[in-house]
Amino acid sequence: MTEMISATGLVKRYKNVEALRGLDLSVPEGKVLALLGPNGAGKTTAVRILTTLLRPDAGTATVAGCDVLADPDGVRARIGLSGQYAAVDEYLTGFENLEMVGRLYGLGRARSRERARELLERFDLTEAADRPSKTYSGGMRRRLDLAGALVAEPPVLVLDEPTTGLDPRSRIQMWDVIRELVDSGATLLLTTQYLEEADRLADDIVVIDHGKQIARGTADELKAQTGGERIEVVLADPGDRERAVPVLARVAIGEVTADNGRALVTAVSGGAAALEQVLRDLRTEGIEVLDIGLRRPTMDDVFMTLTGHSAEEHSTADATEARKEDA
Amino acid sequence: MRTVERAVVDGWVVAKRNLIKIKRVPEILVFVLISPIMFVLLFAFVFGGAIDPGGGVDYKEFLIPGIFAQTVVFGATFTGAGLAEDMQKGIIDRFRSLPMSSAAVLVGRTGSDVVYNVLSLIIMAITGLLIGWRIREGALDALAAFGLLLLFAYAISWVMAWVGLMVPSVDVINNASFIVIMPLTFVSNAFVPTESFDGVLRTIVEWNPVSALTLAARELFGNIPPGAGDASDAWSLQNPAAYTLIWVVLILIVFVPLSVRQYKRSASH
Repeated sequence: MTEMISATGLVKRYKNVEALRGLDLSVPEGKVLALLGPNGAGKTTAVRILTTLLRPDAGTATVAGCDVLADPDGVRARIGLSGQYAAVDEYLTGFENLEMVGRLYGLGRARSRERARELLERFDLTEAADRPSKTYSGGMRRRLDLAGALVAEPPVLVLDEPTTGLDPRSRIQMWDVIRELVDSGATLLLTTQYLEEADRLADDIVVIDHGKQIARGTADELKAQTGGERIEVVLADPGDRERAVPVLARVAIGEVTADNGRALVTAVSGGAAALEQVLRDLRTEGIEVLDIGLRRPTMDDVFMTLTGHSAEEHSTADATEARKEDA
Repeated sequence: MRTVERAVVDGWVVAKRNLIKIKRVPEILVFVLISPIMFVLLFAFVFGGAIDPGGGVDYKEFLIPGIFAQTVVFGATFTGAGLAEDMQKGIIDRFRSLPMSSAAVLVGRTGSDVVYNVLSLIIMAITGLLIGWRIREGALDALAAFGLLLLFAYAISWVMAWVGLMVPSVDVINNASFIVIMPLTFVSNAFVPTESFDGVLRTIVEWNPVSALTLAARELFGNIPPGAGDASDAWSLQNPAAYTLIWVVLILIVFVPLSVRQYKRSASH
């Protein structure tokens, strides 16, 4: 399979911080790779290098067969970038924004206008087409920005935190739009700090922290690394705890952990069958249950397991870098 | 040649985008046009009585070309401010990720800012005519004077473009241009005759391109009799139009490549 994006050993240093310390990436044609990590992990720096906006201090990268350093124009002609900061011109209308981008891709006047109209229609912006984009909501601006990335129908799309700062409704709309793009065969690199987003949209996930890959795999593979499925039980009577632990222990892989109250958790391998057995045994024992469920670990659990710290807890140095990236 | 063609074609697209902003936010224009009117009136009526350009020349006649020069040079601030704003808003990132000419954003910006200067020259000329300034030479000479003013302003625009791409915000560019442009225009013969300066300052005034620009405009408009008002032996003031053009060429040779290079490596975030 052809690699549409491939990067080896990317290094980028800012004054005090190493934003990237040897990052490798590869995205096969038609696939979606999510670059997942907290603020300041180096996601935006990676995107800026791959889209020719920034020169790496070391390492090589090719996008759609063009080297980002040797042939930046070749790369630019084959990518569509939609950034974190919705780079639309607020004084221009939605239509004017897209027409301008089309002209600058070299599409010519007639084709640019036709494309602008198609995209406004597709992104549900036709009604707002002739209003300055200053009047748009955050979600509309983001859609317009994404539409800008699609004007020339580039084979590779790079979306830098496409839903950061959006309200839940706009986020789900955005996900639908991105899913459609993916279904139509685009190769996509997506950065996100939302674990759920990577899970929903990506074929493959690279988790990065401090400028380095710390894990790679499908959402399922990453989840499996944290111990697979778990059964969580909430007892009606905390007094039943001592009797419930051995019941769970029969299907458990490791230890059964209980909090001080009425909840018990254990990792299992049998999935639904294990759940069924636990339910049956609890009933036989006469233990009443408030809630029981088979839970797959969340991506937050994954991050915690991989890095030893949660995605939010970062040292001051990282926070400085995060500001640098996000300023 | 292909590069230049792309720069012009893409530059025109960017210039059109900049001009749409004037249409959408006409308030910008109001301030751009009111300040030159204010300058014309303030200097003419506040200093008019106190300054005698000599040689029997009326101060208003002497002053207006100087105001023209000062205002169009100040107009370059817009170039810097516009680029600084685009950087801040991330638009430059979008442009830089497109397969367009890397000179286009600068060609477009400096190009569209000529429109500001044309408008302010028209407004100032009308104000000047109302208070007694006259075009005393032929229409062609007058057009040459306006052309020279616009050319010089265009060159300065590229200097401010370079500055605009390096500063972190629009406020900085406004202050920076004030610091550079105020002395450049005041330590010149724009408001007072060259003879009123002494020593080193006089040498600076004589070789300041703004002095040459102003004198060339005065001569082309016929506002001073030849040799009057700016009696100086300096080559720059003996051949003011040629000296101005030399500066235009020099500035462009240095600052066009410098600005394009800065644009290519500029990072908005």
